[in-house]
Amino acid sequence: MDKNRRAFLVSLAQNVAIAATGGFLWSAYVEEAKAAPLILRPPGARKEQDFMSLCIKCGLCVEACPYDTLMLAKPGDNKPLGTPYYIPRNIPCYMCDDIPCVPPCPTGALDIKSVTKEQDGKQVFDITMMRMGVAIVDIKDCIAYWGIQCDACYRACPLLDKAIYMEMRRNERTGKHAKLLPVVDPDYCTGCGLCEHACVTEIAAIKVLPRDVALGKVGNHYVKGWEKSDEARLKGSSGIRTTVTPRSEKSAVESLNEGLNLE
Amino acid sequence: MSKIWNKYRFLILRRFTQIALLVLYIGGNYWGWKILQGNLSSSKLFDTIPLADPYAVLQIFSTGAIVAMDALIGAVIIAVFYALLGGRAFCSYVCPVNMVTDLANYLRRKWNLDKFEKKWWASRNIRYWVMGLSFILSFILGTAVFELVSPISMTHRGIIFGMGFGWAAIVTIFLFDLFILKNGWCGHICPLGGFYSLIGRYNLFRVKHIQPNCTLCMKCKEVCPEKEVLYMIGKKSQMVDMGECTLCGRCVEVCDDDALHFGIRDFVKKGE
Ligand code: SF4
Ligand code: SF4
Ligand code: SF4
Ligand code: SF4
Repeated sequence: MDKNRRAFLVSLAQNVAIAATGGFLWSAYVEEAKAAPLILRPPGARKEQDFMSLCIKCGLCVEACPYDTLMLAKPGDNKPLGTPYYIPRNIPCYMCDDIPCVPPCPTGALDIKSVTKEQDGKQVFDITMMRMGVAIVDIKDCIAYWGIQCDACYRACPLLDKAIYMEMRRNERTGKHAKLLPVVDPDYCTGCGLCEHACVTEIAAIKVLPRDVALGKVGNHYVKGWEKSDEARLKGSSGIRTTVTPRSEKSAVESLNEGLNLE
Repeated sequence: MSKIWNKYRFLILRRFTQIALLVLYIGGNYWGWKILQGNLSSSKLFDTIPLADPYAVLQIFSTGAIVAMDALIGAVIIAVFYALLGGRAFCSYVCPVNMVTDLANYLRRKWNLDKFEKKWWASRNIRYWVMGLSFILSFILGTAVFELVSPISMTHRGIIFGMGFGWAAIVTIFLFDLFILKNGWCGHICPLGGFYSLIGRYNLFRVKHIQPNCTLCMKCKEVCPEKEVLYMIGKKSQMVDMGECTLCGRCVEVCDDDALHFGIRDFVKKGE
Protein backbone atom coordinates (compact mmCIF):
# COMPACT_ATOMS: atom_id res chain seq x y z
CA MET A 1 0.00 0.00 0.00
CA ASP A 2 2.69 2.41 1.06
CA LYS A 3 4.72 1.43 -1.98
CA ASN A 4 1.78 2.10 -4.26
CA ARG A 5 1.30 5.47 -2.69
CA ARG A 6 4.92 6.30 -3.28
CA ALA A 7 4.77 5.17 -6.89
CA PHE A 8 1.65 7.23 -7.35
CA LEU A 9 3.22 10.35 -5.91
CA VAL A 10 6.34 9.91 -8.01
CA SER A 11 4.35 9.50 -11.19
CA LEU A 12 2.23 12.50 -10.25
CA ALA A 13 5.37 14.56 -9.76
CA GLN A 14 6.68 13.34 -13.11
CA ASN A 15 3.46 14.34 -14.84
CA VAL A 16 3.53 17.78 -13.29
CA ALA A 17 7.18 18.23 -14.26
CA ILE A 18 6.51 17.20 -17.85
CA ALA A 19 3.47 19.48 -18.03
CA ALA A 20 5.46 22.39 -16.61
CA THR A 21 8.32 21.90 -19.07
CA GLY A 22 5.91 21.53 -21.96
CA GLY A 23 3.96 24.60 -20.87
CA PHE A 24 7.14 26.60 -20.56
CA LEU A 25 8.38 25.69 -24.05
CA TRP A 26 4.94 26.25 -25.46
CA SER A 27 4.50 29.72 -23.95
CA ALA A 28 8.04 30.72 -24.94
CA TYR A 29 7.23 29.76 -28.52
CA VAL A 30 3.92 31.64 -28.49
CA GLU A 31 5.52 34.78 -27.05
CA GLU A 32 8.17 34.60 -29.75
CA ALA A 33 5.61 34.08 -32.49
CA LYS A 34 3.47 36.98 -31.27
CA ALA A 35 6.35 39.44 -31.37
CA ALA A 36 6.11 40.75 -34.92
CA PRO A 37 5.75 44.51 -34.44
CA LEU A 38 6.17 45.33 -38.13
CA ILE A 39 3.21 43.34 -39.38
CA LEU A 40 0.47 45.16 -41.30
CA ARG A 41 -3.07 43.92 -40.66
CA PRO A 42 -6.19 44.01 -42.90
CA PRO A 43 -8.56 47.00 -42.94
CA GLY A 44 -10.60 47.46 -39.79
CA ALA A 45 -8.24 45.34 -37.68
CA ARG A 46 -8.42 46.05 -33.96
CA LYS A 47 -5.38 47.00 -31.93
CA GLU A 48 -2.73 44.29 -32.36
CA GLN A 49 -3.23 42.80 -28.90
CA ASP A 50 -7.01 42.49 -29.28
CA PHE A 51 -6.59 41.34 -32.83
CA MET A 52 -4.28 38.53 -31.72
CA SER A 53 -6.76 37.28 -29.17
CA LEU A 54 -9.76 37.45 -31.51
CA CYS A 55 -8.52 36.28 -34.91
CA ILE A 56 -9.42 32.61 -35.40
CA LYS A 57 -7.16 32.31 -38.49
CA CYS A 58 -9.92 31.24 -40.84
CA GLY A 59 -8.73 33.21 -43.86
CA LEU A 60 -12.22 34.43 -44.75
CA CYS A 61 -10.82 37.97 -45.10
CA VAL A 62 -8.09 36.62 -47.37
CA GLU A 63 -10.60 34.84 -49.59
CA ALA A 64 -12.79 37.92 -49.82
CA CYS A 65 -10.07 40.24 -51.13
CA PRO A 66 -10.37 40.48 -54.93
CA TYR A 67 -6.78 41.71 -55.34
CA ASP A 68 -5.05 38.93 -53.38
CA THR A 69 -3.67 41.62 -51.11
CA LEU A 70 -4.10 39.65 -47.90
CA MET A 71 -2.19 36.50 -47.01
CA LEU A 72 -2.27 34.08 -44.08
CA ALA A 73 1.12 33.72 -42.40
CA LYS A 74 2.67 30.33 -43.15
CA PRO A 75 5.46 28.63 -41.24
CA GLY A 76 8.59 30.35 -42.51
CA ASP A 77 7.01 33.79 -42.92
CA ASN A 78 8.18 34.84 -39.44
CA LYS A 79 4.76 36.16 -38.57
CA PRO A 80 2.21 34.86 -36.04
CA LEU A 81 1.08 31.67 -37.76
CA GLY A 82 -2.17 31.75 -39.65
CA THR A 83 -2.92 35.44 -39.11
CA PRO A 84 -3.67 37.71 -42.08
CA TYR A 85 -1.28 40.43 -43.24
CA TYR A 86 -0.21 42.22 -46.40
CA ILE A 87 3.01 43.48 -47.97
CA PRO A 88 2.17 46.74 -49.77
CA ARG A 89 5.30 46.74 -51.92
CA ASN A 90 4.05 43.48 -53.48
CA ILE A 91 0.31 44.03 -53.47
CA PRO A 92 -1.14 47.10 -51.76
CA CYS A 93 -4.68 47.46 -50.48
CA TYR A 94 -6.81 49.09 -53.17
CA MET A 95 -9.25 50.53 -50.66
CA CYS A 96 -12.37 48.95 -52.19
CA ASP A 97 -15.47 51.08 -51.70
CA ASP A 98 -17.46 48.09 -50.45
CA ILE A 99 -14.61 46.74 -48.25
CA PRO A 100 -15.36 43.07 -48.99
CA CYS A 101 -12.70 41.81 -46.57
CA VAL A 102 -14.17 43.16 -43.34
CA PRO A 103 -17.77 41.86 -43.06
CA PRO A 104 -16.90 38.13 -43.44
CA CYS A 105 -14.72 38.15 -40.33
CA PRO A 106 -16.63 35.83 -37.96
CA THR A 107 -14.95 36.85 -34.71
CA GLY A 108 -14.93 40.63 -34.88
CA ALA A 109 -11.12 40.76 -35.13
CA LEU A 110 -11.87 43.08 -38.04
CA ASP A 111 -14.21 45.70 -36.67
CA ILE A 112 -16.90 46.87 -39.10
CA LYS A 113 -17.71 49.85 -36.89
CA SER A 114 -14.23 51.28 -37.35
CA VAL A 115 -14.85 51.72 -41.08
CA THR A 116 -18.52 52.73 -40.93
CA LYS A 117 -20.01 56.16 -40.58
CA GLU A 118 -23.53 57.50 -40.49
CA GLN A 119 -24.80 59.32 -43.55
CA ASP A 120 -28.38 60.56 -43.93
CA GLY A 121 -29.40 58.26 -41.07
CA LYS A 122 -27.89 55.23 -42.81
CA GLN A 123 -24.77 53.28 -41.94
CA VAL A 124 -22.34 53.39 -44.85
CA PHE A 125 -18.80 52.17 -45.33
CA ASP A 126 -16.13 54.81 -45.45
CA ILE A 127 -12.82 53.50 -46.69
CA THR A 128 -11.04 56.68 -45.69
CA MET A 129 -11.52 55.64 -42.05
CA MET A 130 -9.19 52.67 -42.42
CA ARG A 131 -6.05 52.94 -40.33
CA MET A 132 -3.89 50.00 -41.32
CA GLY A 133 -0.64 51.88 -41.04
CA VAL A 134 0.97 55.15 -42.04
CA ALA A 135 3.35 56.04 -44.88
CA ILE A 136 6.73 57.46 -43.94
CA VAL A 137 9.04 59.18 -46.46
CA ASP A 138 12.75 58.48 -46.32
CA ILE A 139 13.93 61.96 -47.28
CA LYS A 140 17.47 60.84 -48.05
CA ASP A 141 16.48 58.29 -50.66
CA CYS A 142 13.44 59.97 -52.14
CA ILE A 143 14.71 61.37 -55.44
CA ALA A 144 12.26 64.26 -55.20
CA TYR A 145 14.28 65.45 -52.23
CA TRP A 146 17.33 65.39 -54.50
CA GLY A 147 15.58 67.83 -56.77
CA ILE A 148 14.63 65.30 -59.45
CA GLN A 149 11.03 65.52 -60.48
CA CYS A 150 9.00 62.53 -59.26
CA ASP A 151 5.47 62.45 -57.99
CA ALA A 152 4.70 58.76 -58.45
CA CYS A 153 3.55 58.23 -54.87
CA TYR A 154 1.55 61.42 -54.83
CA ARG A 155 -0.39 60.43 -57.91
CA ALA A 156 -0.88 56.85 -56.74
CA CYS A 157 -2.58 57.94 -53.54
CA PRO A 158 -6.39 57.60 -53.51
CA LEU A 159 -6.49 60.48 -51.05
CA LEU A 160 -4.23 62.72 -53.09
CA ASP A 161 -3.68 66.18 -51.63
CA LYS A 162 -5.01 64.97 -48.31
CA ALA A 163 -2.99 61.94 -47.21
CA ILE A 164 -0.05 63.05 -49.30
CA TYR A 165 0.71 66.47 -50.72
CA MET A 166 3.60 68.11 -52.54
CA GLU A 167 5.42 70.87 -50.75
CA MET A 168 7.46 73.40 -52.70
CA ARG A 169 10.96 74.28 -51.57
CA ARG A 170 13.75 76.34 -53.19
CA ASN A 171 16.47 74.22 -54.75
CA GLU A 172 19.58 75.69 -53.09
CA ARG A 173 21.93 73.77 -55.38
CA THR A 174 20.77 75.20 -58.71
CA GLY A 175 19.47 78.40 -57.24
CA LYS A 176 16.74 78.71 -59.84
CA HIS A 177 14.53 75.64 -59.49
CA ALA A 178 11.95 74.41 -57.07
CA LYS A 179 11.83 71.00 -55.42
CA LEU A 180 8.41 69.38 -55.10
CA LEU A 181 8.52 67.19 -52.02
CA PRO A 182 5.99 64.51 -51.04
CA VAL A 183 4.76 64.92 -47.47
CA VAL A 184 2.36 62.54 -45.71
CA ASP A 185 -0.38 63.70 -43.36
CA PRO A 186 -1.00 60.88 -40.86
CA ASP A 187 -4.46 62.26 -40.08
CA TYR A 188 -5.63 61.09 -43.50
CA CYS A 189 -3.22 58.35 -44.52
CA THR A 190 -4.91 54.94 -44.37
CA GLY A 191 -1.75 52.88 -44.83
CA CYS A 192 -3.02 51.26 -48.02
CA GLY A 193 0.49 51.32 -49.48
CA LEU A 194 -0.39 52.33 -53.03
CA CYS A 195 2.38 54.94 -52.71
CA GLU A 196 4.93 52.37 -51.56
CA HIS A 197 3.86 50.16 -54.44
CA ALA A 198 4.32 53.01 -56.94
CA CYS A 199 7.65 54.36 -55.68
CA VAL A 200 10.32 54.31 -58.39
CA THR A 201 13.40 53.72 -56.26
CA GLU A 202 14.94 50.25 -55.91
CA ILE A 203 13.78 49.91 -52.34
CA ALA A 204 10.76 52.13 -51.81
CA ALA A 205 11.63 55.51 -50.34
CA ILE A 206 8.10 55.77 -48.96
CA LYS A 207 7.04 52.91 -46.71
CA VAL A 208 3.98 51.95 -44.75
CA LEU A 209 4.62 51.13 -41.11
CA PRO A 210 2.20 50.13 -38.34
CA ARG A 211 0.89 53.35 -36.83
CA ASP A 212 1.96 52.61 -33.28
CA VAL A 213 5.47 51.90 -34.50
CA ALA A 214 5.82 54.99 -36.67
CA LEU A 215 3.93 57.71 -34.83
CA GLY A 216 4.87 59.63 -31.70
CA LYS A 217 2.67 61.11 -29.02
CA VAL A 218 2.73 64.60 -27.58
CA GLY A 219 1.04 63.96 -24.24
CA ASN A 220 -1.49 66.40 -22.85
CA HIS A 221 0.75 68.98 -21.23
CA TYR A 222 0.94 71.10 -24.38
CA VAL A 223 -1.99 73.34 -25.17
CA LYS A 224 -2.50 74.91 -28.56
CA GLY A 225 -3.27 78.47 -27.57
CA TRP A 226 -4.34 79.25 -31.12
CA GLU A 227 -7.09 76.66 -31.09
CA LYS A 228 -10.23 77.54 -29.20
CA SER A 229 -11.21 73.95 -28.50
CA ASP A 230 -7.77 73.05 -27.25
CA GLU A 231 -7.54 76.09 -25.05
CA ALA A 232 -10.86 75.16 -23.48
CA ARG A 233 -8.95 72.41 -21.72
CA LEU A 234 -7.43 75.08 -19.50
CA LYS A 235 -10.82 75.92 -18.04
CA GLY A 236 -11.05 75.10 -14.37
CA SER A 237 -7.35 74.40 -14.08
CA SER A 238 -5.74 75.69 -10.92
CA GLY A 239 -3.29 77.83 -12.87
CA ILE A 240 0.46 77.60 -13.13
CA ARG A 241 2.16 76.07 -10.15
CA THR A 242 5.74 77.07 -9.34
CA THR A 243 8.12 75.29 -7.09
CA VAL A 244 9.19 77.41 -4.16
CA THR A 245 12.67 76.91 -2.72
CA PRO A 246 14.66 79.16 -0.31
CA ARG A 247 16.36 80.48 -3.42
CA SER A 248 13.18 81.63 -5.10
CA GLU A 249 11.91 83.56 -2.08
CA LYS A 250 13.44 86.76 -3.34
CA SER A 251 12.99 87.96 -6.93
CA ALA A 252 15.44 86.74 -9.54
CA VAL A 253 17.13 90.16 -9.92
CA GLU A 254 17.53 90.49 -6.19
CA SER A 255 19.11 87.12 -5.72
CA LEU A 256 21.41 87.58 -8.71
CA ASN A 257 22.68 90.90 -7.42
CA GLU A 258 22.99 89.76 -3.86
CA GLY A 259 26.40 90.30 -2.35
CA LEU A 260 27.61 92.45 -5.20
CA ASN A 261 29.07 95.77 -4.35
CA LEU A 262 28.14 98.05 -7.18
CA GLU A 263 29.59 101.20 -5.67
CA MET B 1 -15.27 -6.35 -55.36
CA SER B 2 -17.98 -6.62 -52.78
CA LYS B 3 -15.38 -8.14 -50.51
CA ILE B 4 -13.21 -5.05 -50.81
CA TRP B 5 -16.25 -2.92 -50.18
CA ASN B 6 -17.08 -4.94 -47.10
CA LYS B 7 -13.56 -4.75 -45.71
CA TYR B 8 -13.01 -1.09 -46.46
CA ARG B 9 -16.37 0.63 -46.71
CA PHE B 10 -15.85 3.01 -43.77
CA LEU B 11 -12.24 3.64 -44.70
CA ILE B 12 -13.37 4.63 -48.20
CA LEU B 13 -16.12 6.81 -46.76
CA ARG B 14 -13.65 8.49 -44.42
CA ARG B 15 -11.11 9.23 -47.13
CA PHE B 16 -13.94 10.47 -49.30
CA THR B 17 -15.24 12.96 -46.69
CA GLN B 18 -11.71 14.10 -45.76
CA ILE B 19 -10.69 14.75 -49.34
CA ALA B 20 -14.06 16.15 -50.43
CA LEU B 21 -13.94 18.71 -47.61
CA LEU B 22 -10.44 19.74 -48.66
CA VAL B 23 -11.51 20.10 -52.28
CA LEU B 24 -14.49 22.24 -51.28
CA TYR B 25 -12.31 24.50 -49.14
CA ILE B 26 -9.68 24.80 -51.87
CA GLY B 27 -12.44 25.63 -54.35
CA GLY B 28 -13.65 28.29 -51.94
CA ASN B 29 -10.26 29.94 -51.88
CA TYR B 30 -9.04 29.60 -55.46
CA TRP B 31 -12.16 29.45 -57.58
CA GLY B 32 -14.59 31.35 -55.41
CA TRP B 33 -16.98 28.44 -54.79
CA LYS B 34 -19.56 29.42 -52.24
CA ILE B 35 -20.04 25.97 -50.71
CA LEU B 36 -17.45 25.97 -47.94
CA GLN B 37 -15.31 29.04 -47.40
CA GLY B 38 -12.62 29.51 -44.78
CA ASN B 39 -11.06 26.51 -43.08
CA LEU B 40 -11.62 24.16 -40.17
CA SER B 41 -11.07 26.96 -37.65
CA SER B 42 -14.07 28.83 -38.93
CA SER B 43 -15.99 28.69 -42.17
CA LYS B 44 -19.10 29.66 -43.98
CA LEU B 45 -21.41 27.01 -45.43
CA PHE B 46 -23.31 28.06 -48.59
CA ASP B 47 -22.30 31.63 -47.84
CA THR B 48 -24.83 31.81 -44.99
CA ILE B 49 -24.39 29.26 -42.19
CA PRO B 50 -21.41 30.01 -39.96
CA LEU B 51 -19.36 27.11 -38.60
CA ALA B 52 -16.54 27.41 -36.10
CA ASP B 53 -14.21 25.21 -34.11
CA PRO B 54 -15.67 25.27 -30.58
CA TYR B 55 -12.29 24.49 -29.02
CA ALA B 56 -10.68 27.49 -30.75
CA VAL B 57 -13.58 29.70 -29.68
CA LEU B 58 -13.20 28.52 -26.06
CA GLN B 59 -9.52 29.44 -26.21
CA ILE B 60 -10.45 32.89 -27.49
CA PHE B 61 -12.87 33.20 -24.57
CA SER B 62 -10.12 32.32 -22.13
CA THR B 63 -8.06 35.23 -23.42
CA GLY B 64 -10.90 37.39 -22.14
CA ALA B 65 -12.06 38.47 -25.59
CA ILE B 66 -15.69 38.25 -26.63
CA VAL B 67 -16.11 36.90 -30.14
CA ALA B 68 -18.72 38.24 -32.54
CA MET B 69 -22.02 36.42 -33.05
CA ASP B 70 -20.99 34.55 -36.20
CA ALA B 71 -18.17 32.61 -34.56
CA LEU B 72 -20.30 31.96 -31.49
CA ILE B 73 -23.23 30.54 -33.45
CA GLY B 74 -20.81 28.56 -35.61
CA ALA B 75 -19.18 27.01 -32.56
CA VAL B 76 -22.55 26.06 -31.04
CA ILE B 77 -23.69 24.43 -34.30
CA ILE B 78 -20.56 22.29 -34.47
CA ALA B 79 -20.61 21.42 -30.76
CA VAL B 80 -24.27 20.36 -30.87
CA PHE B 81 -23.71 18.31 -34.01
CA TYR B 82 -20.89 16.29 -32.49
CA ALA B 83 -22.57 16.00 -29.09
CA LEU B 84 -25.72 14.51 -30.61
CA LEU B 85 -24.61 12.67 -33.75
CA GLY B 86 -20.93 12.89 -34.53
CA GLY B 87 -19.23 11.83 -31.31
CA ARG B 88 -15.51 11.98 -31.95
CA ALA B 89 -16.01 11.39 -35.68
CA PHE B 90 -14.24 14.69 -36.43
CA CYS B 91 -10.97 12.86 -35.88
CA SER B 92 -11.61 10.04 -38.31
CA TYR B 93 -13.82 11.66 -40.96
CA VAL B 94 -12.66 15.30 -41.13
CA CYS B 95 -9.23 15.97 -39.66
CA PRO B 96 -6.52 15.99 -42.37
CA VAL B 97 -3.85 14.78 -39.91
CA ASN B 98 -5.76 11.51 -39.67
CA MET B 99 -4.51 10.52 -43.12
CA VAL B 100 -0.91 11.05 -41.96
CA THR B 101 -1.25 9.14 -38.70
CA ASP B 102 -3.19 6.32 -40.38
CA LEU B 103 -0.35 5.94 -42.86
CA ALA B 104 2.20 5.80 -40.03
CA ASN B 105 0.08 3.21 -38.28
CA TYR B 106 -0.30 1.15 -41.43
CA LEU B 107 3.49 1.10 -41.94
CA ARG B 108 3.99 0.18 -38.30
CA ARG B 109 1.88 -2.92 -38.79
CA LYS B 110 3.39 -3.68 -42.17
CA TRP B 111 6.97 -3.45 -40.90
CA ASN B 112 6.14 -5.13 -37.63
CA LEU B 113 7.56 -2.24 -35.65
CA ASP B 114 5.42 -3.00 -32.63
CA LYS B 115 7.20 -6.28 -32.14
CA PHE B 116 10.72 -4.86 -32.37
CA GLU B 117 10.43 -1.77 -30.39
CA LYS B 118 10.86 -1.48 -26.68
CA LYS B 119 7.54 -0.40 -25.20
CA TRP B 120 7.53 3.24 -24.30
CA TRP B 121 4.54 3.89 -22.20
CA ALA B 122 2.75 7.22 -22.23
CA SER B 123 -0.59 8.03 -20.69
CA ARG B 124 -3.49 8.63 -23.02
CA ASN B 125 -4.61 11.34 -20.62
CA ILE B 126 -1.82 13.68 -21.72
CA ARG B 127 -4.30 15.19 -24.18
CA TYR B 128 -6.51 16.41 -21.33
CA TRP B 129 -3.50 17.96 -19.61
CA VAL B 130 -2.57 19.70 -22.86
CA MET B 131 -6.13 20.92 -23.20
CA GLY B 132 -6.21 22.33 -19.67
CA LEU B 133 -2.83 23.92 -20.21
CA SER B 134 -4.00 25.52 -23.45
CA PHE B 135 -6.77 27.38 -21.61
CA ILE B 136 -4.40 28.56 -18.88
CA LEU B 137 -1.78 29.72 -21.39
CA SER B 138 -4.40 31.43 -23.57
CA PHE B 139 -5.51 33.34 -20.49
CA ILE B 140 -1.96 34.38 -19.61
CA LEU B 141 -0.67 35.13 -23.10
CA GLY B 142 -3.80 36.72 -24.55
CA THR B 143 -4.03 34.63 -27.68
CA ALA B 144 -5.46 31.24 -28.61
CA VAL B 145 -2.29 29.28 -27.95
CA PHE B 146 -3.10 25.91 -29.44
CA GLU B 147 -4.10 27.61 -32.66
CA LEU B 148 -0.58 29.02 -32.94
CA VAL B 149 1.06 25.60 -32.82
CA SER B 150 -1.70 23.29 -34.03
CA PRO B 151 -0.42 20.96 -36.74
CA ILE B 152 -4.05 20.32 -37.66
CA SER B 153 -4.73 23.94 -38.58
CA MET B 154 -1.25 24.23 -40.05
CA THR B 155 -1.81 21.28 -42.35
CA HIS B 156 -5.31 22.26 -43.27
CA ARG B 157 -4.46 25.94 -43.88
CA GLY B 158 -1.34 24.80 -45.70
CA ILE B 159 -3.35 22.77 -48.20
CA ILE B 160 -5.86 25.57 -48.76
CA PHE B 161 -3.71 28.71 -48.55
CA GLY B 162 -0.13 27.54 -49.22
CA MET B 163 2.16 25.37 -47.15
CA GLY B 164 5.39 27.25 -46.42
CA PHE B 165 7.39 25.15 -44.01
CA GLY B 166 4.15 23.57 -42.80
CA TRP B 167 5.23 20.24 -44.25
CA ALA B 168 7.78 20.02 -41.43
CA ALA B 169 4.95 19.71 -38.91
CA ILE B 170 3.38 16.91 -40.93
CA VAL B 171 6.67 15.04 -41.23
CA THR B 172 7.27 15.43 -37.49
CA ILE B 173 3.93 13.87 -36.62
CA PHE B 174 4.45 11.11 -39.15
CA LEU B 175 7.88 10.17 -37.77
CA PHE B 176 6.72 10.49 -34.17
CA ASP B 177 3.82 8.11 -34.78
CA LEU B 178 5.91 5.77 -36.86
CA PHE B 179 9.02 5.40 -34.73
CA ILE B 180 8.42 6.82 -31.29
CA LEU B 181 4.92 6.25 -30.03
CA LYS B 182 2.12 4.20 -31.55
CA ASN B 183 -0.89 6.47 -32.14
CA GLY B 184 1.29 9.11 -30.54
CA TRP B 185 -0.32 12.28 -31.79
CA CYS B 186 -4.03 11.42 -32.12
CA GLY B 187 -4.17 8.92 -29.29
CA HIS B 188 -2.11 10.70 -26.68
CA ILE B 189 -1.36 14.36 -27.26
CA CYS B 190 -3.86 16.11 -29.51
CA PRO B 191 -6.08 18.30 -27.29
CA LEU B 192 -8.64 18.70 -30.05
CA GLY B 193 -9.17 14.94 -30.03
CA GLY B 194 -9.53 15.16 -26.27
CA PHE B 195 -12.04 17.94 -26.66
CA TYR B 196 -14.21 15.96 -29.07
CA SER B 197 -13.91 12.88 -26.83
CA LEU B 198 -15.47 14.94 -24.07
CA ILE B 199 -18.29 16.61 -25.97
CA GLY B 200 -19.08 13.51 -28.05
CA ARG B 201 -19.22 11.24 -25.04
CA TYR B 202 -23.00 10.76 -25.22
CA ASN B 203 -23.69 10.84 -28.96
CA LEU B 204 -26.32 8.68 -30.60
CA PHE B 205 -24.21 6.47 -32.87
CA ARG B 206 -22.14 3.76 -31.25
CA VAL B 207 -20.24 0.63 -32.15
CA LYS B 208 -21.75 -2.46 -30.53
CA HIS B 209 -20.14 -5.72 -29.61
CA ILE B 210 -21.96 -9.04 -29.72
CA GLN B 211 -19.96 -11.30 -27.48
CA PRO B 212 -21.30 -14.74 -28.58
CA ASN B 213 -20.07 -14.10 -32.15
CA CYS B 214 -16.56 -13.14 -31.06
CA THR B 215 -13.79 -15.65 -31.81
CA LEU B 216 -11.14 -13.66 -29.93
CA CYS B 217 -9.03 -13.14 -33.06
CA MET B 218 -8.23 -9.60 -31.79
CA LYS B 219 -8.10 -8.12 -35.29
CA CYS B 220 -10.27 -5.27 -34.02
CA LYS B 221 -7.84 -4.31 -31.29
CA GLU B 222 -4.99 -4.39 -33.76
CA VAL B 223 -6.52 -1.76 -36.03
CA CYS B 224 -8.21 0.36 -33.38
CA PRO B 225 -6.41 3.68 -32.81
CA GLU B 226 -7.84 3.89 -29.28
CA LYS B 227 -7.88 0.26 -28.34
CA GLU B 228 -8.61 0.92 -24.66
CA VAL B 229 -12.22 1.60 -25.67
CA LEU B 230 -12.55 -2.05 -26.79
CA TYR B 231 -12.12 -3.37 -23.26
CA MET B 232 -15.30 -5.47 -23.57
CA ILE B 233 -14.18 -7.53 -26.58
CA GLY B 234 -14.86 -11.21 -26.01
CA LYS B 235 -16.07 -10.46 -22.48
CA LYS B 236 -19.59 -9.18 -22.81
CA SER B 237 -22.11 -7.83 -25.28
CA GLN B 238 -22.10 -4.11 -24.91
CA MET B 239 -21.82 -0.87 -26.82
CA VAL B 240 -18.45 0.89 -26.99
CA ASP B 241 -19.26 3.63 -24.54
CA MET B 242 -16.04 5.59 -24.12
CA GLY B 243 -15.84 9.04 -25.71
CA GLU B 244 -12.38 8.31 -27.10
CA CYS B 245 -13.84 6.00 -29.78
CA THR B 246 -13.43 7.87 -33.07
CA LEU B 247 -16.26 5.93 -34.73
CA CYS B 248 -13.90 5.16 -37.60
CA GLY B 249 -15.53 1.77 -38.03
CA ARG B 250 -12.27 -0.04 -38.77
CA CYS B 251 -13.10 -2.66 -36.13
CA VAL B 252 -16.50 -3.24 -37.73
CA GLU B 253 -14.90 -3.81 -41.15
CA VAL B 254 -12.10 -6.10 -40.08
CA CYS B 255 -14.25 -8.36 -37.94
CA ASP B 256 -14.86 -11.53 -39.91
CA ASP B 257 -17.28 -12.94 -37.40
CA ASP B 258 -19.96 -10.31 -37.32
CA ALA B 259 -19.28 -9.46 -33.70
CA LEU B 260 -19.17 -5.69 -34.21
CA HIS B 261 -21.55 -3.30 -35.93
CA PHE B 262 -22.83 0.25 -35.79
CA GLY B 263 -26.04 1.01 -33.97
CA ILE B 264 -27.95 3.47 -31.87
CA ARG B 265 -26.84 4.04 -28.30
CA ASP B 266 -28.39 1.76 -25.65
CA PHE B 267 -29.95 4.18 -23.28
CA VAL B 268 -30.47 1.62 -20.59
CA LYS B 269 -27.30 -0.22 -19.75
CA LYS B 270 -28.27 -3.81 -19.41
CA GLY B 271 -26.48 -6.53 -17.56
CA GLU B 272 -25.20 -4.27 -14.84
S1 SF4 C 1 -10.06 46.90 -49.00
FE1 SF4 C 1 -10.10 45.68 -50.86
S2 SF4 C 1 -7.96 45.59 -51.58
FE2 SF4 C 1 -7.93 46.29 -49.45
S3 SF4 C 1 -7.60 44.39 -48.28
FE3 SF4 C 1 -9.81 44.78 -48.33
S4 SF4 C 1 -10.56 43.62 -50.08
FE4 SF4 C 1 -8.33 43.75 -50.30
S1 SF4 D 1 -11.56 36.85 -41.23
FE1 SF4 D 1 -11.12 37.62 -39.17
S2 SF4 D 1 -10.76 35.78 -37.95
FE2 SF4 D 1 -10.61 35.16 -40.12
S3 SF4 D 1 -8.40 35.35 -40.57
FE3 SF4 D 1 -9.37 37.29 -41.16
S4 SF4 D 1 -9.12 38.58 -39.34
FE4 SF4 D 1 -8.77 36.48 -38.68
S1 SF4 E 1 -0.46 54.80 -47.67
FE1 SF4 E 1 0.26 56.21 -49.25
S2 SF4 E 1 -1.23 56.00 -50.89
FE2 SF4 E 1 -2.17 55.11 -49.07
S3 SF4 E 1 -3.29 56.80 -48.11
FE3 SF4 E 1 -1.25 56.81 -47.20
S4 SF4 E 1 -0.10 58.22 -48.43
FE4 SF4 E 1 -1.88 57.69 -49.63
S1 SF4 F 1 7.69 57.82 -55.71
FE1 SF4 F 1 9.26 57.45 -54.25
S2 SF4 F 1 11.02 58.60 -55.00
FE2 SF4 F 1 9.25 59.35 -56.06
S3 SF4 F 1 8.57 61.07 -54.85
FE3 SF4 F 1 7.42 59.32 -54.13
S4 SF4 F 1 8.63 58.58 -52.47
FE4 SF4 F 1 9.94 59.92 -53.61
